[in-house]
Amino acid sequence: MTIAVERPQGGRLVDQFEYGLDAPICLTWELTYACNLACVHCLSSSGRRDPRELSTDECKALIDEFERMQVFYVNVGGGEPTVRPDFWELLDYAVAHHVGVKFSTNGFRITPERAERLAATDYVDVQISLDGATSEVNDAVRGQGTYDAALRAMANLQAAGMKDFKLSVVCTRHNIGQLDEFKAIADTYGAQLRLTRLRPSGRGADVWDELHPLPHQQRELYDWLVANGDQVLTGDSFFHLSAYGPADGSGALPGLNLCGAGRVVCLVDPVGDVYACPFAIHDQFLAGNLREDGGFDTIWKTAPLFLDLRSPQTGGACTQCSAYDSCRGGCMAAKFFTGLPLDGPDPECVKGNSETALAGDRERPGSSQDHSHTGTVRNAPVPLTLLRTRPVSACDESPLVSQQ
Amino acid sequence: MPVLPGAAWELSPSVSLRPEPFGALAYDFVTRKLSFLKSPTLVDVVRRLADAADVEDALLGAGVPAAERDRYVAALGTLAASGIIRERVAA
Repeated sequence: MTIAVERPQGGRLVDQFEYGLDAPICLTWELTYACNLACVHCLSSSGRRDPRELSTDECKALIDEFERMQVFYVNVGGGEPTVRPDFWELLDYAVAHHVGVKFSTNGFRITPERAERLAATDYVDVQISLDGATSEVNDAVRGQGTYDAALRAMANLQAAGMKDFKLSVVCTRHNIGQLDEFKAIADTYGAQLRLTRLRPSGRGADVWDELHPLPHQQRELYDWLVANGDQVLTGDSFFHLSAYGPADGSGALPGLNLCGAGRVVCLVDPVGDVYACPFAIHDQFLAGNLREDGGFDTIWKTAPLFLDLRSPQTGGACTQCSAYDSCRGGCMAAKFFTGLPLDGPDPECVKGNSETALAGDRERPGSSQDHSHTGTVRNAPVPLTLLRTRPVSACDESPLVSQQ
Repeated sequence: MPVLPGAAWELSPSVSLRPEPFGALAYDFVTRKLSFLKSPTLVDVVRRLADAADVEDALLGAGVPAAERDRYVAALGTLAASGIIRERVAA
């Protein structure tokens, strides 16, 4: 269905957002699929550069379009965005065109010189990724030496006088117990802590079963977030946890507490594909391509997928639940990549309503793109758990099985 | 700082307004803070502030009914508190 739905006047802001905006508020732009690392949970299955990657001129034209649409800032990621030779040129171009940039990096290339330059540039924010408060926990997920690289980058930023940059953590089963330590690390470097949810997207789908926080850890996380309030950013990641609060929604975490996909959020990938959200890089959530479908403004305003996401959703079985007003059924991408119905509960539903569906037969959609490294990666992570994927057959574990 | 109907105000120079169906987004490029103006009439009032003699004048220009004046002045007070608008210094 692609008919425009009439928007109600007035009312709560969150209801207005469900009908979409003239331009996104939170736009993620993955600049490249190239990455010097091979994190086990990479949302975008990054590693190798795609030869169809947008050129420097195409990137600048997109920034011009953001300026015209008054997209005030973009979240730049990858891959590792600093791997692009024109990264710093694009950063300067965006800032000069009133498009602020917050970029995510593993920190390897944040040298003292780069840190100085970043500290001297307005409208730029940096987000350093770290997924363990100790090298043991972090490097198992992100790769050897990545803990040291992240801390070195933070030290460089601090020495350069950069304030309130972000320390960004994906919450896993192995680091939920380290939240206070993460906060302490952030405080040490004058950074702000940002916690986000582990999504079963990209390579994350392969490790989600082993890494996603256990139910009691979700509760621990929620209580910690409530206790730390506005001090900690979450990028609206954990709105599914708001269901721990009372049914009147008063236990909601700071933020919008709604799925913003295609309504206030979207993703532009390195080859110009526009997806509904950064956690939904899959053909099913592809709204169009910048080169083929008339540019970003046209796609944002007229793509059938986006119009559909902005029309009232049914909520399915979840609407019967007392917590529906708090969690709104949770994350669309998390349901999709775990093979759950989109109008049912989130795979991490705190009421336990997805347990039966998760235990039953479900077909995971897999990924529609994969830029993972195929050869050896210098820093390749060695997961704490032995297998990244379940063996498909006994043969995968023992080459002799067919001989027996 | 309270907004008095007889005083002159304007949009802060570091703030941009983006029109939206419900009103507007206000983004402060210095504080990186995003705020929401929840009515198109309020957006109209804010846009008129810089060229109006005073707040009263901007309210009149935007066609705000007398009965709703106080509500709009209070809303401007909220915007002033978050730095989205600032008091105009006489040229």
